[in-house]
Amino acid sequence: MVEEVGIPTLTMSSALDITPAVKPPRAVFVNFPLGHQTGKPHQPDLQRRIVRDALRAFETIARPGEIVELPYVWDPNDRAWEQTDYTPGFMPARPSREAADQIEAARIAKYRKR
Amino acid sequence: MPIDYIPRTRELYSDYAHYRWVVNETVPWTALKKPIARCKLALMTSGGILYRDQPRFHREDASYRRIPKDARNSELAVWHFGYPTADAEADPNCVFPLERLREFEADRVIGELSDPAFSFMGGVYSARKVRDELAPKIVAELRAANVEAFYLVPA
Repeated sequence: MVEEVGIPTLTMSSALDITPAVKPPRAVFVNFPLGHQTGKPHQPDLQRRIVRDALRAFETIARPGEIVELPYVWDPNDRAWEQTDYTPGFMPARPSREAADQIEAARIAKYRKR
Repeated sequence: MPIDYIPRTRELYSDYAHYRWVVNETVPWTALKKPIARCKLALMTSGGILYRDQPRFHREDASYRRIPKDARNSELAVWHFGYPTADAEADPNCVFPLERLREFEADRVIGELSDPAFSFMGGVYSARKVRDELAPKIVAELRAANVEAFYLVPA
């Protein structure tokens, strides 16, 4: 839809089986756990390299639907996350509804009382 | 080995009605008109990022939030039920690389970072809602801002 109005798009991809089904115009795959498609927390150099590589793919992808796979490895000594990511129990326990409401109220109050 | 997410989704959400994958037969395509270093680039994440007192998302929520491009990390929060958000809460750049793109704007890696950036919560079961409700609004935002390249980061 965005491409149809003349705006080129590029998406990061976390799933090498879903992306070819959806067929976005340009995709860049990083084999990191969900929630880390532009890198690890507090590692700006890694984030910078991943995003820079992705932006470069805007210019290098010439075939619609091409998926560029970046070579970054989450942990060369431990691939166990691939066995557990996105399987039953992979989500940490969530706060209760009441606790979540309190977190939300506190966040909003912090900005609205100023 | 990259993970097969389709079977894992079927297992994780087995209590739900059988999920029908979006399978597109064709690929939309617009060529980049000039080098990315001269393009006005917009950022959008599906990672559920919130700015200051913006209301959180809820399940099946196809709304979006406008995040000012100069937002500080301390002003961002995360609400998403579908991925572990601790790392994104600690550093939103994991799913919303706003700081990195600001640096790239300053270093002229991109021409300009469009203001605002966009965030939604990607755990929307209905592809129809995303296509018919969310996408047209984002398209209107991008056109109004004369965006020349659109960068999406899922979570």
